[in-house]
Amino acid sequence: MLEILRYPDPRLKEISEPALRFDDELRAFAAALEEARRAGPATVGIAAPQVGRLIRVAIVDVSGRKPGKPSGKPETCHGRMVLVNPEIVEWDGLAIGREGCLSVPDFTGNVIRAEQIVLEARDEHGASSRRELSGFEARAVQHEVDHLDGILFLDRLVSRRADLFQRKTYQGAAK
Amino acid sequence: MAQARWHMLTIIGADRPGIVAAVTQALFEGGCNLGETSMIRLGGNFTIMMMVAHAGDASALAALAGPSAERLGLHLHVVPIEGQLHAALEPDVRVTVFGADRPGIVAQVTSALAAAGLNIVNLESHVGGSPEQPIYIMQLEGRAGEGGLEPLERALAEIKARGGVDVRLASIDALYG
Ligand SMILES: [Zn+2]
Repeated sequence: MLEILRYPDPRLKEISEPALRFDDELRAFAAALEEARRAGPATVGIAAPQVGRLIRVAIVDVSGRKPGKPSGKPETCHGRMVLVNPEIVEWDGLAIGREGCLSVPDFTGNVIRAEQIVLEARDEHGASSRRELSGFEARAVQHEVDHLDGILFLDRLVSRRADLFQRKTYQGAAK
Repeated sequence: MAQARWHMLTIIGADRPGIVAAVTQALFEGGCNLGETSMIRLGGNFTIMMMVAHAGDASALAALAGPSAERLGLHLHVVPIEGQLHAALEPDVRVTVFGADRPGIVAQVTSALAAAGLNIVNLESHVGGSPEQPIYIMQLEGRAGEGGLEPLERALAEIKARGGVDVRLASIDALYG
């Protein structure tokens, strides 16, 4: 099992290099990365630098989560996405949400992210894709792409007391 | 050297710049270690609660922090606690209540939510508006009980139906990645 690095390991602050070869080694690494993701409780994403490999590979899978209240906003779910050299090419909207990280145990904080993104990436076989993502899935991708750029959610914390944007609201009796 | 034990150190008084720095410097020089802390201004008063690990007993810790607090005209209180770190309770729901200021609003809302299974993790309230027309704003986060959000929503809907306040409930879906 790959070991998860924890802050303040300096490798978590490095910028990762693009993956160049879509070979068996890459696919084996993606499988091992997925195994490490599944070992974490309710972990919806993982990025290569979190296991000490400074290449632009991440996995996001929000299909297993139990959502709280329906938000009334679009929430995409593409199942498991192996993201090689991912690039977010469009952002829209802002929302505040609570995040935690495998590499930062025992702490969660509020982070502002785009509500909707357009993501271009390759998979572990080299096939390219362009996806529109919204809500929790878009947030997860932004968290993981940050890892590839050496950015932790700690770098983006806003006050836990802040409630600038209500991500999921419910008007009392108006059900 | 005795084993350090956790104490809760509370300091309140008129706010002025430099309080946190003065007190924490005295604690650091006295060999204390800080755990979780919460500082907030309430009605122009400085308030802070700090988990402080200290080898001595409560009175020794009070003696250590006392002079810096007294110089700044602050009240200080120390009690030993059964504290521990890495025991955070992650909230899964946020409730906001606001309306014209009226007596009993906190008791009414928190009683209803407690009966509906909510364990409050943090709560903060403010009085805004104008002196003539104050409005009350309360925000709290907590963990829903076994029944989930449904009972909380029903409890809040009842409070809203009685009139005078607006309520909203939002789930906190923490993302781990
Ligand atoms: Zn992370």
